[in-house]
Amino acid sequence: MPKRTDLKSILVIGAGPIIIGQACEFDYSGVQACKALKKEGFRVILVNSNPATIMTDPSIADATYIEPINWEVIATIIEKERPDALLPTMGGQTALNTALTLSTKGVLAKFGVELIGAKKDAIDKAEDRELFDKTMKSIGLETPRSGIAHNMEDALEVLEKIGFPCIIRPSFTLGGSGGGIAYNIKEFKTICEKGLDLSPTNELLIDESLIGWKEFELEVVRDSADNCIIVCSIENLDPMGVHTGDSITVAPAQTLTDKEYQVLRNQSFKILREIGVDTGGSNVQFAVNPEDGRVVVIEMNPRVSRSSALASKATGFPIAKIAALLSVGFTLDELQNEITGGATPASFEPTIDYIVTKIPKFAFEKFPKAEPKLSTQMKSVGEVMSFGRTFQESFQKGLMSLEEGLYGLESICDFSSNDYTELLKHELSIPGPKRIFYVADALRNGQSIESINELTGIDSWFLAQINDLLQEEVILQGKDITRLSKDELMRLKQKGFSDRRIADLLGTSEAKVRTKRLSLGLKPSFKRVDTCAAEFETETAYMYSTYDGVCESRPSKNKKVIVLGSGPNRIGQGIEFDYCCVHASQALQELEIESIMINCNPETVSTDYDTSNRLYFEPIIDEKVLDIVDIENPLGVIIQFGGQTPLKLAETLIKHDIRILGTSFDAIDRSEDRERFQELVKKLNLKQPNNITITSADKAIDAANTVGYPLVVRPSYVLGGRAMELVNNPQELTKYLREAEKVSQQKPILLDSYLQDAVEVDVDVISDGKTFKIGGILQHIEQAGIHSGDSACSLPPYSLPKDIQKAISEQSIAIADELNIIGLMNIQYAIKERDIYIIEVNPRASRTVPFISKAIGSSLVKAATKAMLGISLEEQSFDPSLPDRYFVKEAVLPFDKFSNVDPILGPEMKSTGEVMGIGKSFGEAYAKAQLGAMKNLYFSGTAFVSVKDSDKKYLNKLIPLLIENNFSVIATKGTAAAIKELGYEVVVINKVMEGRPHIVDKLLNKEVQLVINTTEGRQSIEDSASIRRTALESKIFCTTTVFGGLAIMEALKNNKEAWSLEPIQQITNIN
Amino acid sequence: MSFDSKTFDATLYLENGKYFKGRGFGSHKVGVGEVVFNTSITGYQEIITDPSYAKQIITFTHPHIGNVGTNDEDCESKGIYASGIVVKDLSKIPSSWRNKKPLEQFCKDNDCVGIANIDTRELANTIRDSGSLRGCIIPASLEAYNDSDTILKNFSGLAGLDLAKEVSTKSTYAWNEPIWNCNQTLPHDLHVVVMDYGVKRNILKLLRTYVGLVTVVNAETPFLEVMKLNPDGVFLSNGPGDPEPCEYAIKLIRQLLDKNVPIFGICLGHQLLALASDCKTYKMKFGHHGGNHPVKDIYKDTVMITSQNHGFAVDNSSMPENVDITHISLFDNTIQGIALKHHPAFSFQGHPEASPGPHDLLKLFTQFRSLIQDAKKN
Repeated sequence: MPKRTDLKSILVIGAGPIIIGQACEFDYSGVQACKALKKEGFRVILVNSNPATIMTDPSIADATYIEPINWEVIATIIEKERPDALLPTMGGQTALNTALTLSTKGVLAKFGVELIGAKKDAIDKAEDRELFDKTMKSIGLETPRSGIAHNMEDALEVLEKIGFPCIIRPSFTLGGSGGGIAYNIKEFKTICEKGLDLSPTNELLIDESLIGWKEFELEVVRDSADNCIIVCSIENLDPMGVHTGDSITVAPAQTLTDKEYQVLRNQSFKILREIGVDTGGSNVQFAVNPEDGRVVVIEMNPRVSRSSALASKATGFPIAKIAALLSVGFTLDELQNEITGGATPASFEPTIDYIVTKIPKFAFEKFPKAEPKLSTQMKSVGEVMSFGRTFQESFQKGLMSLEEGLYGLESICDFSSNDYTELLKHELSIPGPKRIFYVADALRNGQSIESINELTGIDSWFLAQINDLLQEEVILQGKDITRLSKDELMRLKQKGFSDRRIADLLGTSEAKVRTKRLSLGLKPSFKRVDTCAAEFETETAYMYSTYDGVCESRPSKNKKVIVLGSGPNRIGQGIEFDYCCVHASQALQELEIESIMINCNPETVSTDYDTSNRLYFEPIIDEKVLDIVDIENPLGVIIQFGGQTPLKLAETLIKHDIRILGTSFDAIDRSEDRERFQELVKKLNLKQPNNITITSADKAIDAANTVGYPLVVRPSYVLGGRAMELVNNPQELTKYLREAEKVSQQKPILLDSYLQDAVEVDVDVISDGKTFKIGGILQHIEQAGIHSGDSACSLPPYSLPKDIQKAISEQSIAIADELNIIGLMNIQYAIKERDIYIIEVNPRASRTVPFISKAIGSSLVKAATKAMLGISLEEQSFDPSLPDRYFVKEAVLPFDKFSNVDPILGPEMKSTGEVMGIGKSFGEAYAKAQLGAMKNLYFSGTAFVSVKDSDKKYLNKLIPLLIENNFSVIATKGTAAAIKELGYEVVVINKVMEGRPHIVDKLLNKEVQLVINTTEGRQSIEDSASIRRTALESKIFCTTTVFGGLAIMEALKNNKEAWSLEPIQQITNIN
Repeated sequence: MSFDSKTFDATLYLENGKYFKGRGFGSHKVGVGEVVFNTSITGYQEIITDPSYAKQIITFTHPHIGNVGTNDEDCESKGIYASGIVVKDLSKIPSSWRNKKPLEQFCKDNDCVGIANIDTRELANTIRDSGSLRGCIIPASLEAYNDSDTILKNFSGLAGLDLAKEVSTKSTYAWNEPIWNCNQTLPHDLHVVVMDYGVKRNILKLLRTYVGLVTVVNAETPFLEVMKLNPDGVFLSNGPGDPEPCEYAIKLIRQLLDKNVPIFGICLGHQLLALASDCKTYKMKFGHHGGNHPVKDIYKDTVMITSQNHGFAVDNSSMPENVDITHISLFDNTIQGIALKHHPAFSFQGHPEASPGPHDLLKLFTQFRSLIQDAKKN
């Protein structure tokens, strides 16, 4: 069946901000879908609140609304745009749920909008656990023994039928949010309570525990002619019990006989047909009993997913693109498999001749109160993927892609401790983020494969592979490098050992191993990802390195440039940097320079084989990058756009005489080296907060006294404010030093004077070396001391005097000039009263670059890339200007995923994503940003106010605004007294320690609609944590800064009905 | 992976002069045949025991082979017919609840030589570009007595080679076993005679499960003998080699068609039915070997993913009037299925019996049963 001609315009809903369980994979799929539909001539209308996406680039859709993904907002957009159809399967659970609401509320029927890709019935059947179970039974498939509960009574009844351990999952939440495994009645009740609340339908599914069963996923695509294909099978190395997003996974499945695999394949098709996924991609998860092969269906997602992005990258088959085209009427045989240049149709099953491993990346270090254990609630914040000709090679390449300073299976267990056997046993049986390393240590310790298999459920096949790697390590340990033969080194390289790991084992340097390897003529060969195991020839340059036979790289003689990507998502370095890398690649292509991308993050647009001329899916580490430079021989390498990841390679590149395009390495060093930076500040006659660097803990207290409290303490060379803390006195500093990593010459600690109540500002500057332009000045809402990544901010500044803004611009340009920046630079300032202090300078693209680019309607990265290649800003006619709107960024935080964590903002970054709110006033933009960040803003009710002493001076501003906005005020004793003194009415409420009823009771009873709670000092923070936690769990709007509170007052002046909803294409043309 | 004493140095030689050094496993002997590659990810045991691979050396493009060991149920015949196996990585330990014996031991017990640590992707690239090649695997310790040039010169290749009669059963037997995990009552009302040109067991199992009673006879069984068995339908099996020299089979099929005996053919059986209907066949460049091939049902306009294993194909440039093309390959538009216009006979080039591979075409077996039933009614 060819393309439908009755549809002219299609609404696509994006996934919104990056959160745990829903990351850039939906940018990747969304971009594919929009591009494919647009190319077919449909008018594409897009709603997505996330400005850091490629999807919201003005060229991707015809009308792009960077607006909250909220059914009422979208209903207004539908009324205005009158799309013929809505494609809900590209934006994760968020889009699916929103589409369902639009349907339930009658919006789709009212405006005659057809759901394509997945109908309401199909979504219901797949997502509603009870309905899903029933459906599976009706086609003779097994699901785990289970029951549904809508309240605690039901839950206990179900428990009797199932017993412990059991798995509890709330319906309609993403990444299994709020779920967990209960081993006893207490845990059971806690998880159920939370789950009932988190589920929008107050529904829980309680399952028999399949812990230890093997877990498989199949990615299925079906068209309107009922043609079905499996794109890829994925095996979870971590068996059932660990969320698939937190599992190490391997494609294709390795431990199934063909007969068993075909059973899963047949069942997958049966499920799609019965659920009624007429067109598009779905993912089906199975558990298989390793003892007898009993198969149980776990779940299916009637949409593209994290796994489908992985499967697309793993095979070269673009599921989202194909799914989008199927949803408008095409059938698989009418579409081409592009990677083979159209030699084959899309109606086939990819087959692969390599192994792909995905390894999740965690951020437990950001949440010290959260127990670092894995369960059915997803907790990882990013992932890496790696290719190898064998599992061993692929697995080890995955480990080195993580950027955790590990270059192989390094030992992490302290064998000298008395209880290490206990520790190993514990770590094996209760999975944590580093389980695989403990597995290796247990093998080192002589534990048998059988016993480890019993404790972990990890299939013996994988354990044997790992064991073999460890045997190689034993042979290598302490050997003399000169005695390493070519065959031996080749064997190690084939098994994926990094030069660095080999060097560590030999007790020599990585450089020596590299020299030795090259002297033996051992270079990697690059093989192609071609969907067909070489059966058909491919021109698509999608490649990975291996040590096997002939190299298929076939580099061109064109002018070319390598762009280094940003690696796995983590808190502090996420999708924003992928956006930048993609734009750099696009700019190169616009200049007709061949763009070569190196990256290892499977979720991203940058690792779409379509994005750059050539893609190397490789770890971003010295060894691999040097190998690629060696074969490609590029004009230079761009390291400005991938966050901190590529900057780490700068020194190596320089050492190997590889040209770094743009800002010089020396400038990078001048801005990152504390002393050199101070000189620069002095030279330019600028201001810096008092600061000092210490290299040993003993000198800390004295040093701190010279700077003065309060202080911001942090290790040097970190991104995202890792281990950054605000300390108010010597006691807190001592505690920090005790808990921090050992301070040393190599690991200095920085002490900065903390500028209380200062306003923080982010500035992005672009330069070609001669002309300097300010991309934008962002004023933070939360005061200095809150990490810039977690702070909301406004473009243009909403309360900064014009002359200060001018001074900031001048200072920024002076710094850029002094450093001879070519490309982008980001500076953070703190403005205290009228003084401007420089907090830090980053000689690279920053997190705010996509945000500003969206607002000004012009890509800073593209202009910067072209400038690096010698095309001046003038020649580019680059002169950005801001439309007459406010653009507010709000951060999105993952506190709901980590129980017991205090949802308070501080100097360490914790947010995973961001949204943009656009408005004609600051208040409107801020209100939209809050709604986009999925925060419930009530427009009247009761406000609870409890502020630290230093914030009490703001009460005379805050309280009248609250009253004006129809809030009655309750407050804790101290704050209440201050409010009374100002002459306002206030009701006193107990702190938790002061007896009942206290504030937490009020919050639980939902008697409060707004919490403004600021606090300082470790003890007070700890004491008041339950307030913030309860507010979070009760979904009560809570701000932990007074500036945040004031901004909310601005937002409350705005009525949703009066919001302006305009596509960015229109906004940015307003000038 | 690391190898223990059971493995040995060996080399794979190709007729174009290329050679690949690796570690031999299984039977310590010389293996010679036409080197082909198979792109299936699962099902190596079924593949190596498929008689259609007689005189062929199979290269697996999937890098890990041997992961799940071997078992009794997954054999497609009584042993290994391939003359050699080429893999990238032979799994050191098998892991499956169904495993009975590691692949290495299975090869040894079935007198087959394998070679591991080979860049099988490079080998597949070579075969794709130059077409199937003659090749041989020689263990290092046998090099002294075996010259690869001579061995390859003496091996004539598969064109013109009738291998069907070599691998066929010597005696007639009844087949009673149903498919794996069968929960169906077996039909007893119809009787199918299977012409064994190298039949795979899963075909017999499917015939027994979905069609009726099954009797397997030697490839060269003459028409009258076949008819004496009172078949309701005759099945033409898969098998190795070139269909053209199998004149006895072509003659038999013509006699069966004359009597309007319902016929279903697979693979070699398909080619033989085509030849008996005056079509032509030819040797393909490197054939189809894999489990991911899309085949279009021309009448229903749907696509099925199929298992494929053939080096010869029916020529579509000279189709006689009495033959309908029912299926084509979407990889290269070659003929995948035919039906005769005036006789109750149809056939399929790929492997609807799967094993290994997708089950998308299992319905051809019930279609055969319907064909027989319809024929009986008339």
